[in-house]
Amino acid sequence: MDFETVIRTFPILLIGAAVTLGITVVAVTNGCIIGLFAGLARLSRNRLLSFLATCYVDFFRGTPLLVQIFIVYFGIPYLLDLFQKYLTARYGIPPFFESTAIAKLWAAVIACSLNSGAYVAEIFRAGVQSIERGQMEAARSLGMTHVQAMRYVILPQAFRRIIPPLGNEFIAMLKDTSLLSVIGFEELARRGTLIVGETFAVFEIYMTVALLYLIMTLSFSRLVDYAERRLKTRDRSY
Amino acid sequence: MIEVINLSKNFGRLEVLRQINMRVAEGEVVCIIGPSGSGKSTLLRCLNFLEVPTSGEVIIDGCSLTDQNININAVRQKVGMVFQLFNLFPHKTALENVTMGPIKVKKLPRSQAEELGRTLLAKVGLTDKADVYPHQLSGGQQQRVAIARALAMQPKVMLFDEPTSALDPEMVGEVLAVMKDLAREGMTMVVVTHEMGFAREVGDRVIFIDEGRIIEENQPQEIFTRPREERTRAFLSKIL
Repeated sequence: MDFETVIRTFPILLIGAAVTLGITVVAVTNGCIIGLFAGLARLSRNRLLSFLATCYVDFFRGTPLLVQIFIVYFGIPYLLDLFQKYLTARYGIPPFFESTAIAKLWAAVIACSLNSGAYVAEIFRAGVQSIERGQMEAARSLGMTHVQAMRYVILPQAFRRIIPPLGNEFIAMLKDTSLLSVIGFEELARRGTLIVGETFAVFEIYMTVALLYLIMTLSFSRLVDYAERRLKTRDRSY
Repeated sequence: MIEVINLSKNFGRLEVLRQINMRVAEGEVVCIIGPSGSGKSTLLRCLNFLEVPTSGEVIIDGCSLTDQNININAVRQKVGMVFQLFNLFPHKTALENVTMGPIKVKKLPRSQAEELGRTLLAKVGLTDKADVYPHQLSGGQQQRVAIARALAMQPKVMLFDEPTSALDPEMVGEVLAVMKDLAREGMTMVVVTHEMGFAREVGDRVIFIDEGRIIEENQPQEIFTRPREERTRAFLSKIL
């Protein structure tokens, strides 16, 4: 066992863990914002809005994150480039970007946020639908608009119910960010692979990587348990 | 105060209400009775458009709810509603339940709304429960908070949808007592109920509904002692 290598490269892995945590927090936060609107859009009586939201959710839940990362990192720049060339050739408009290549960080944020948003949308939709119909009726009978009733009565109750599934989404995303390795984004897994390439300490390094993931996922799930319990003691009706 | 003209309501093929015509005068207490599934709750819910009628007209305080230009939320402020299952907001305290309408809908300042809220909680006998959450209250207490919540919008009409049906028997009295007080103060009330004692004592008029039609309406003494219709007689003989 090559513990010396592990100790020597540990700071590099630790930074990788911080990057992993950071990208996950950003992705799930964005996902919550996207998901709130997409989830409400799915519930909307506006058919077009609900259809578009369904397309979004189906696409990002129905295709692998790995493929989505490739599409954002390679596909979108290619499409933009094609579009610029068309504009130049057809209308003489000079290109907007010198290079349409997209930074790895941006590709990572965009791909993971969109992916997370689709899952969170479903969590929100289920949360809102789990609130008894009488709550909406009581709010409307006071003269509230649909939007007011959602904002003051339905969503605050739904938020409490979706904390556990949101926690699960966070943990799933934390692990899935390892897929960002494929575009060379240096998060925890990628850094592990790079170190293994130099040191050949395959087992030691990957076990350390695994351990770091485990520490993050376990502490986060404890945190969710705690939050859930606190909300329960404050209000036993949930 | 309330006028219902040729109101019909279908759920798909099922005709729940057929050509209902009724009027409720200001200060009147009207009790709606009838077997379950007769459409009485649906009728009540049509009065504030929680249920949209298939055809016909509902006029509340001079505003026709079927008018495209009417702001339904403004009309609903005039119509308080109390539900069978209370439907209190579980994430809010009793006082917050009562003040939410005035603060969010009427834009009343918080201090003023809380003063109003405390007055109303006192009126329903729950002065000491202001800061308690609904799940910490008994059914009867929850329903009284729900009445206070509806009253906080200072409505001109109160609708009650079987307000005591979900209560344990020993709690029915406290809710009915609050409703009696309201009636005595001159509130216009429409009450869907199985409490024949209440209908007899407090009601100015009783409407008997069966299969989506008004079968008979009369003063309580008349309808309970000398029902004109066979179906009314059959219904009353089962429950009295």
